[in-house]
Amino acid sequence: MNAISPREAALSVRGLRKAFGGVPVYDGFALDVKRGDILAIFGPNGCGKSTLINMAAGLLPADAGEILYDGRTVDEVRIGYVFQNYREALFPWRRAAENIRYPLRRMGLKRAEIERRLEALAADFRVRFDLNAYPYSLSGGQQQLVSIMRALAVEPEVLFLDEPFSALDYETTLSLRTLLQQVLKARKTTTILVSHDLEESIVLADRILMLTRRPTLVADDIAVDLAWPREAATLSAPDFIAIKARCLDVFTRAVAGA
Amino acid sequence: MVPAGGAAGFIALWWLAVLLRLADPVLLPSPLETFNDTAKSFTQGPLLHDLWRTVTRTVLSFLVACAIGVPLGLLLGAKESIYRAVEFVVDFFRSTPASALFPLFLILFGVGEGTKIAVAAFGAALVILFNAAYGVMNARRTRLLAARVMGASPLRVVFDVMLWEAMPQILVGMRSGVSLALVIVVVAEMFIGSTDGLGQRVIVAQSLFESGLMYGVIFVAGALGYLLNLTFLLLEKRFIHWAGK
Repeated sequence: MNAISPREAALSVRGLRKAFGGVPVYDGFALDVKRGDILAIFGPNGCGKSTLINMAAGLLPADAGEILYDGRTVDEVRIGYVFQNYREALFPWRRAAENIRYPLRRMGLKRAEIERRLEALAADFRVRFDLNAYPYSLSGGQQQLVSIMRALAVEPEVLFLDEPFSALDYETTLSLRTLLQQVLKARKTTTILVSHDLEESIVLADRILMLTRRPTLVADDIAVDLAWPREAATLSAPDFIAIKARCLDVFTRAVAGA
Repeated sequence: MVPAGGAAGFIALWWLAVLLRLADPVLLPSPLETFNDTAKSFTQGPLLHDLWRTVTRTVLSFLVACAIGVPLGLLLGAKESIYRAVEFVVDFFRSTPASALFPLFLILFGVGEGTKIAVAAFGAALVILFNAAYGVMNARRTRLLAARVMGASPLRVVFDVMLWEAMPQILVGMRSGVSLALVIVVVAEMFIGSTDGLGQRVIVAQSLFESGLMYGVIFVAGALGYLLNLTFLLLEKRFIHWAGK
């Protein structure tokens, strides 16, 4: 990976430290994420992938170190966060559209602007179901799509995706991630994806960060130079297979090296 | 149709007991006599007024209980450490028979309307508070985090998420609370200087050996309790449309 200049970085992490019950998870961790990139974080269970994005999103305090968005703290920027469990993340007492409007209302946007953004998102994601339905009457894939739209509505500087497809079936996952990559690339949204699915990480990412067991370090930092858009055929392309083999090799060593 | 059958069976058994003279007719009048005495008291006597008074007192004490129990429950639920500290006291008084508190409330509020409503409100408030606090403590953490990430202030999180998350449990608390309030109001009407209300009517009817009316008032009180419970069940179904989905 080429060095990322400070001007290019949407997110910079320096000297990050975090311990749980005296056991260090991060001890002097550093990371730069280039603006517009999709970064996938991949590593063994319990290496603190979710911990990292939770600290970056301001949901969990770090013990030490700094996490800056172009020089600003998380409280000063707009971020988006998609939780793994859409059932517990959406507000079931609000209709789907109201869920998406919610963060826009918190920003104090005008009604017309809120509706404009809602319609743009519905068009981008080619929504064909009724957004006036309550979340529980939608399918799992539709609910997670509503979660993604809600997170993107604020036009976040960084979008965090915490295993967004792990509760969905394969067919739904394939169509949703095809849509997602188109929208993220069209909007040039800086994205950090945590996934435990290697194929998904490679397909969606510009760059994969392979982490070790804790204390967590970067085992490898792999650029994914596959052409966009990435489709079903991408999964059997030689480049894809080569990257996957390299990742697997790093992963095996990272797990064994504990 | 099945519940109606059960009720009809109950009345048939009652009638059979009367026909077989299983009890003194003064103590056990026939269903028809009971109905006639009750209807007469409704149209010509004080029963309608009594019913109205009992409903008013119950609703009033329920409203006071909600005004105290819901916000306090939300507050305590949001600060779990505080709740744990007062949990024992809440549990203790929740388990104390409210009727045992009558003398204390008589000293505090004197003989009158205030005492009846205060005791009933006290009992109901604890039930509502307890349920509201538990509702908040069991709020999905993910939803609270989601609201925070979307820029909701702590106060916003309370009103936009915690209150809604606790709503099903709050309504359960309200349903138990209103039933308890009715029980306490009826007992208070019997023993705390009353001249009206269903509790007063039933004890007067008993002392005057108007047993037809006495049974009638008992059934009216029962119907009132049943309707209050049913109202809240329907509210829960209607309003908490997302529960369990």
